[in-house]
Amino acid sequence: MTEYTATVTVRLEEGVLDPEAETTRQALERLGFELQALRSAEHFEIDLEADDETAAFGRAEEMTERLLANPTIHDYDIAVTER
Amino acid sequence: MNVTVIQFGGSNCDRDTVRALSSIGVDAERVWHTDGLPSETDGIVLPGGFSYGDFLRAGAMAAQSPIMDEIRERARAGTPVLGICNGAQIGCEAGLTPGAFTTNESARFQCEHVHLRVENAGTPWTRQYDEDEVIELPIAHGEGRFEIDDERLEALESDDRILFRYCDAEGNVTPEANPNGSKHAVAGVTGDRDHVAVMMPHPERMSLPDIGGTDGRGVLEAFA
Repeated sequence: MTEYTATVTVRLEEGVLDPEAETTRQALERLGFELQALRSAEHFEIDLEADDETAAFGRAEEMTERLLANPTIHDYDIAVTER
Repeated sequence: MNVTVIQFGGSNCDRDTVRALSSIGVDAERVWHTDGLPSETDGIVLPGGFSYGDFLRAGAMAAQSPIMDEIRERARAGTPVLGICNGAQIGCEAGLTPGAFTTNESARFQCEHVHLRVENAGTPWTRQYDEDEVIELPIAHGEGRFEIDDERLEALESDDRILFRYCDAEGNVTPEANPNGSKHAVAGVTGDRDHVAVMMPHPERMSLPDIGGTDGRGVLEAFA
């Protein structure tokens, strides 16, 4: 078994309104910053042991599908690194 | 009918729901989610509140409670299930009903009265009303914006699965009358079959004359 960290990033699908990000963007502009757009995302780091990277990825993917993301509104990325 | 009102950690409309149901002569009891469904259950309410502090997403944690497997099974067998507010978020997260309720367009918690237009008066939840009737109910949510992809929303509409839409006092569905930015102003939907439904507004908070009106009673009459 090898120790891995799976980094899961969950974000709203393109086209789904993100009112918190929009509010944050407006606040940055009020502070005088110039920007075109701002997106927010949630980031999870999962430490797990698995036989190989594929197995670690598979488990992280299942966790993401089952709980971390809501497939109705979210997209996600998973990156697995050896710890 | 014996209605079971499910309590999760952070549910806070369970008592109100029991009281509202009792006021129309329906037997209802609160049951802690880990205790499982009583065998005599023949109606289920997922009440409002802030289960698990809305961690991750409103309803996401409660949707994973083992009692939800029992509820899905009962729902398949025909037991009526209603999710109100946080219960609606739980219902969608658990796949009982389509779509998702997410952050209000305003990015704020909103607690106010809204008008709703009855879209389909042929369901158990709406048969006390007329189609296009306007009722008034309170909302109290930060994550009530109905989201779903366009194709699935069209399918819901053509299958007559929208219970209520937000509207003005005259029944006009306008952007101004939509309190949270819900897609097509959807305030409540049914599952694959219409004995399962969820809605963000609170019918139980408008079911006793002493608290301002009884427009919500019709929804709860499904359990009568």
